[in-house]
Amino acid sequence: MHAHLKRLEAESIAIMREVAAEFSNPVMLYSIGKDSSVMMHLAMKAFYPGKPPFPFMHVDTTWKFKEMIAFRSEMAKRYGFDLIVHINEDGVRRGINPITSGSQVHTNVMKTEGLKQALDKYGFDAAFGGARRDEEKSRAKERIFSFRNANHAWDPRGQRPELWNLFNTRIKQGESIRVFPISNWTELDIWQYIEAENIPIVPLYFAKERPVVKRSGTWIMVDDERLPLEPGETPEMKLVRFRTLGCYPLTGAIESEAATLDDIVEEMMLARTSERQGRLIDSDESASMEKKKREGYF
Amino acid sequence: MDAALAERIALSAAPAAGDGNLLRFITCGSVDDGKSTLIGRLLYESKTIFEDQLTTLEKDSKKHGTTGEDIDFALLVDGLEAEREQGITIDVAYRFFATPRRSFIVADTPGHEQYTRNMATGASTADLAIILIDARKGVLVQTKRHAFICSLLGVKNVVLAINKIDLMEYDEKLFQRIVADFSAFAANLGFTSILPIPLSARFGDNVTALSPNTPWYRGKSLIEHLETVEVGSKLGQAPFRFPVQWVNRPDLNFRGFAGTLASGRIRAGDDITVAASGRTTKVTRIVTADGDLPEAVAQDAVTLVLAEELDIARGDVLSDPKDRPDVTDAISAHVIWMSETKLTPGRSYFMRIGTRWVPATVSALSHKIDVNTLAQVEGRDLGLNEIAEVEIRTATSIAVDPYEENRGTGAFILVDRLTNETAAAGMVVRSLRRATNVHRETLAVDKATRAGNKYQKPVILWFTGLSGSGKSSIARLIERKLTASGHHTYMLDGDNLRHGLNSDLGFTEEDRHENIRRVGEVAKLFVDAGLIVLCSFISPYKRERDFVRSIVDDGEFIEVFVDTPVEECIRRDPKGLYARARTGEIPNFTGISSPYEAPQNPDLHLKTLEADAEALAERVLEYLRANAIAGENWASP
Repeated sequence: MHAHLKRLEAESIAIMREVAAEFSNPVMLYSIGKDSSVMMHLAMKAFYPGKPPFPFMHVDTTWKFKEMIAFRSEMAKRYGFDLIVHINEDGVRRGINPITSGSQVHTNVMKTEGLKQALDKYGFDAAFGGARRDEEKSRAKERIFSFRNANHAWDPRGQRPELWNLFNTRIKQGESIRVFPISNWTELDIWQYIEAENIPIVPLYFAKERPVVKRSGTWIMVDDERLPLEPGETPEMKLVRFRTLGCYPLTGAIESEAATLDDIVEEMMLARTSERQGRLIDSDESASMEKKKREGYF
Repeated sequence: MDAALAERIALSAAPAAGDGNLLRFITCGSVDDGKSTLIGRLLYESKTIFEDQLTTLEKDSKKHGTTGEDIDFALLVDGLEAEREQGITIDVAYRFFATPRRSFIVADTPGHEQYTRNMATGASTADLAIILIDARKGVLVQTKRHAFICSLLGVKNVVLAINKIDLMEYDEKLFQRIVADFSAFAANLGFTSILPIPLSARFGDNVTALSPNTPWYRGKSLIEHLETVEVGSKLGQAPFRFPVQWVNRPDLNFRGFAGTLASGRIRAGDDITVAASGRTTKVTRIVTADGDLPEAVAQDAVTLVLAEELDIARGDVLSDPKDRPDVTDAISAHVIWMSETKLTPGRSYFMRIGTRWVPATVSALSHKIDVNTLAQVEGRDLGLNEIAEVEIRTATSIAVDPYEENRGTGAFILVDRLTNETAAAGMVVRSLRRATNVHRETLAVDKATRAGNKYQKPVILWFTGLSGSGKSSIARLIERKLTASGHHTYMLDGDNLRHGLNSDLGFTEEDRHENIRRVGEVAKLFVDAGLIVLCSFISPYKRERDFVRSIVDDGEFIEVFVDTPVEECIRRDPKGLYARARTGEIPNFTGISSPYEAPQNPDLHLKTLEADAEALAERVLEYLRANAIAGENWASP
């Protein structure tokens, strides 16, 4: 393994142990994507030969790719971890969906609100997330330990300086933290690590012929019959893959021939667009990620 | 595929010339020095900027940029919405880029004096600092401040980036003069390497390759230097230190101590000593998920299995038996103040050192350090962004090394006990006293320990006086003030005892004695718990009060006589009790139909006709201060 990956790995493991030692009820959020897969793998290593002393939780918007849900079950079986799946039932009842409600409302209700509900329901005081600082400009200043008040809100001025590896983990009743153990990893680090450690990932990351339609300049996969087609529109089979995974109607595929990890790493090196470009939710408005964060988005 | 990219891929496949490791560095300078432009340039040159980001950048350059038609690289790295509008970065942002030889994490921090804390935060994890100088301005006060903070935080390698050299016609003499100025100043700052480079971040001179515009410069380009500079080897050579982070005990057959080596190295079979207890045993296994290791070095996250079952918990430091850390409860240290609330000596904070939390008090402020001149100045308190050398006492012993020798066991933070904000970054200068007996037994938890953790002396404040004299109002006021300054209190009065514990008691003389006896015993337990207990009871009889005094240690019972003449109490009669007593509806009413034996020598005599409750409460607090019961200094809210 590259020396720098080993150091990133050690740093992430130390952060996870820290949270396990300092908080009474942590949870690891599992989004099924590549970053989550790496984070879960690191958690398995951090507490070896024991198991991670916290459950994993997926906030399911009900619009994930079918292959993601299948992969989720497979992983839970394989690692034998305790997996909580939370769905915002209220949102489901209200018929919230990414197509007619719009991406903002859907993400807010099914993801942000769903997450808050789940954190409150189980009383988690710390939640691990797989966000990285290189993903987006406003994340460059995000702390590894990100403090949220009792309403889960993030206040940029209320965040604490992080000196050395001495994290200030003290919180008051009702407050919680989000912890980002892979903050310092880049997208390329993630792929190189997946390759080096042979970490299983959802097959959607690899190029394959898939049925897609062109929407807002990006390829959207027709994963099930819920995606309404325009009159006369028919899905075409294209060799595509995904750089990030989310709700399928909001996640653009890229045309690619990268069918192996080697191919992906090579493609990464040549990549000329950032991974979030494929996400429709981020381009809604400028600095939109920061607004979502203030509202409690991960 | 263009040639540069092809080469990059080829290089990454082949073994790299650098160590392939991670270099963390900080950039010090202000926006005017071209700091953001330099970082933007590094990201751009290392192909870390993607097309969609470039498109946004071009759009933003037109809107906010300061470079006319050119792309303003600075906009790539400015952060949160509001800050971008202001055109100034006010936090620490972390940026990432990689070359085939190394990966880099850049801590991007603002340069003004009011952001000293941000710079210190960035420097705390940096292996190297790039100090920017605007060639037009030369070495400024701010340059010296940046160099000093880097030095204080133990950054040993410095790149002196003399930027905007293009605006000075690439003048070698000017460059040499600036280098000489800086070297003279930095001679005593303990840097192991200083590399001056003439740069133009805007045009890229000497960033990735040597520039034809500076033929007189024969050193390395900035990137080449960053790729090859030797850093961090010192950690591995320092003595073994391992703060225990997590005791891993999945089943009865395995007990391991998980943590990250702060320094040094350890092999299976080596002896280790638990710093606090002085007990020594052998490491039998170094466990990782990838299999047992024969050896682990600084920064490795591992799990150690030991030969003997010693009493070891999170917070303990395992160390080299031949070269142990100091075990002490008094240190001298540099602190950088990070809170809006000033440091007040005498106030208790939580100290985080290694994996341990311990209550700590700044016992003395030795001197402040002017960050611009490095002069030592006197001071009684310390405000945001100020730096001082202080003396600190900890409630229990800690294992430390001087920060200069070991970042891992010499660094700490102080946390405000009320707000939980991080109040200071600290660096141990030296231990002021060694714990006399490093083989000491585990401390029994007793009254002194409990009280020590709360930074107070446990006492009973016994308020006696007639009904309606104002006992409870004054006591409640005092309790509020004590709590606000971080003290731990409990209030006992008729309201919370009569309804529960003493609900079986009436108002006969016998029952009233029993009432006070029980109050006294409960108060004694709370004193044992380390609390300041406020008791508000009429307690008319001297022997009752003397009884309570007799069951606690000397000095733990403070009699406060709340003296209000009975006529005044009748006039106030807040609960209408006197009226009912005078009609005989309430029998045995103190002051009317039952005597009140006023204390002859109370510790405090409060005359409510002469001062208001606020002033009287203040008098009691002053008494507590004077008798070192609740800390020498209160935080004034």
